[in-house]
Amino acid sequence: MATHATPLADWLVILPVLLCLGGGALLLVLRRAPAWQPWLCLAILFGVLAVDGLLLARILASGPVSMTMGRWLPPFGISFTADAMGVLFATMSALVAVAVVLSLLGEAPESAVRDGVYPLLLLLMAGVGGAFLTGDLFNLYVWFEVMLIASFGLVVLAGNPLQLDAAVKYGIVNLVATTLFLMALGLLYGALGTLNMADIIGAAGKADRLVLTVIAGLFALAFAIKAAVFPVNAWLPASYHTPPAPISALLGGVLTKVGVYALLRVLALLPTERAMLSPAITAVAIATMLLGPLSAIAETNLRRAVGFLLIGGIGIAITGAATAGAVPGAIVYVGQSILVMAALYLVAGLIERATGTTDTREMGGLYAASSRLSIMFFALVLAIAGVPPFLGFWPKLLLLQGLIGAGDWLLALSLLLSSLLTLIAGARLWSFVFWHPRHAPLLRPPSYAPAILLVGTVLLLGVAPNLLIGIGMVAAHDLADPARYVVAVGLAP
Amino acid sequence: MEAALSLLVGLFVASAIYLILSRALVRVLLGIVLLGNGVNLLIFVAGRLTRGAPPIVPKGANVPAGAFANPLPQALILTAIVIGFALFAFLAVLAFRAYQAMDADDTDHMRLAEPEAQPQPPLEY
Repeated sequence: MATHATPLADWLVILPVLLCLGGGALLLVLRRAPAWQPWLCLAILFGVLAVDGLLLARILASGPVSMTMGRWLPPFGISFTADAMGVLFATMSALVAVAVVLSLLGEAPESAVRDGVYPLLLLLMAGVGGAFLTGDLFNLYVWFEVMLIASFGLVVLAGNPLQLDAAVKYGIVNLVATTLFLMALGLLYGALGTLNMADIIGAAGKADRLVLTVIAGLFALAFAIKAAVFPVNAWLPASYHTPPAPISALLGGVLTKVGVYALLRVLALLPTERAMLSPAITAVAIATMLLGPLSAIAETNLRRAVGFLLIGGIGIAITGAATAGAVPGAIVYVGQSILVMAALYLVAGLIERATGTTDTREMGGLYAASSRLSIMFFALVLAIAGVPPFLGFWPKLLLLQGLIGAGDWLLALSLLLSSLLTLIAGARLWSFVFWHPRHAPLLRPPSYAPAILLVGTVLLLGVAPNLLIGIGMVAAHDLADPARYVVAVGLAP
Repeated sequence: MEAALSLLVGLFVASAIYLILSRALVRVLLGIVLLGNGVNLLIFVAGRLTRGAPPIVPKGANVPAGAFANPLPQALILTAIVIGFALFAFLAVLAFRAYQAMDADDTDHMRLAEPEAQPQPPLEY
């Protein structure tokens, strides 16, 4: 047993999860007071955002923070360990959640509030926060499942046939993926006898390399399904466009990134095995980053096309699991992609509301009618394509530096080609939605404010990217050299 | 004993994958139950099978005396069973609702979210 209590300041690590879980329970209790729900939800999410910010400042100042539950010394107790990568993603997700609640405020029908959209959203954020902050693999599995069940609820909330169809595919594929994750976890426990991430780093050297490579491959497959990497990505365009746009924004911005995070994190624990798997990951990364935008070009449903652009971005993000040199760029890319993709889904939702259709062939004429929508969509297209000085440019620059530095020309060229295809896909969408002539009158979309909040943040971070790049560098350093992480948990490095 | 149980795990997983590849939703659900059970058994075997006393620490001591069974896999499996059961219950209700809404339990006939005859996008700008 631990000899002394956890210092009060270290409780910060678990606060984002506690606030969301407690808030979700509170909102369930208050289900008969629908008028209170959005405001309480918003207050809790602002609290989470503040805690994430404090945690980030503390990690940048003094390294990873850890807390082990139940006064059991690590590696026996369950550790929550926050390092720069996890907290960066958690902060971005909390920001997206705030924007999503703001847009639900004007848009969610009474039935959705009665059926519990706000408690589900908070429980989803509890799962996301737990996944980003935990330092224990089995605990990561539990948070994956918390996230999964809450996202099921959010997808089927309106309960129309379209959403039920989407939820069946989304649910079954993702449940199989988490079961594969559990399988890999059981095998890893059998091989190493530990599931604490910091302890795995130390124990991995003594085990059979071949066994660990097979286990790492199984982990990679499970997380690739969660992240929608190419051969196993078909569930994403079949489901993410069906719920209301704010919910799509939350799922599209945050959930796939949790899969990418888990892939980067778990493979970083097993660096030798990551090197063995590198050719396979490189191949699927290239296929994903090229096929995503190509499919977006061939798609006529606006939010499905956005989903394909999201898949292209996932291909770029997982280069961080293929080559060590690409890790800083990949971390910054995932961090900014959470914001950009959520913003794109929100703006796509506004466009669908303004034109009254989801089919890009029937849209058009928005350029003259709504300058704000056209500026926002255009800025986001440039941001995901990576045109300077928009946000997507900086991580791609870091990635190119890292890839060319490591002599990985194939990945570097594919990254450039993928950016070009993304720009073409985005420009085509923009010309259909905004430039084509239109005869039917436009409808009035709900409030622009949440989308403006996210797009504004994207633009601001694009012209002042130093903070984001700095955090990415610290995160990549801690991932490559985990000594600080292991010491923070309380184990011998 | 471990070898026999490992083979059993393989059998569970193989039949689960066979069922999940089916187009009928009910079979897919059965496959998911089998897969969950196979994985639970796998964790149990991975924790090594020992015939020992329950891992209870006697009064005044810090560790249990003599050989004792590994308690961790049992805790992991218990958690996994609870989670798996909850998700399966949800999916079973979902499949039933989908059957009511679309009059289909065959995934080939569930094409609302991904229409089969996708229209061509315009070829010009």
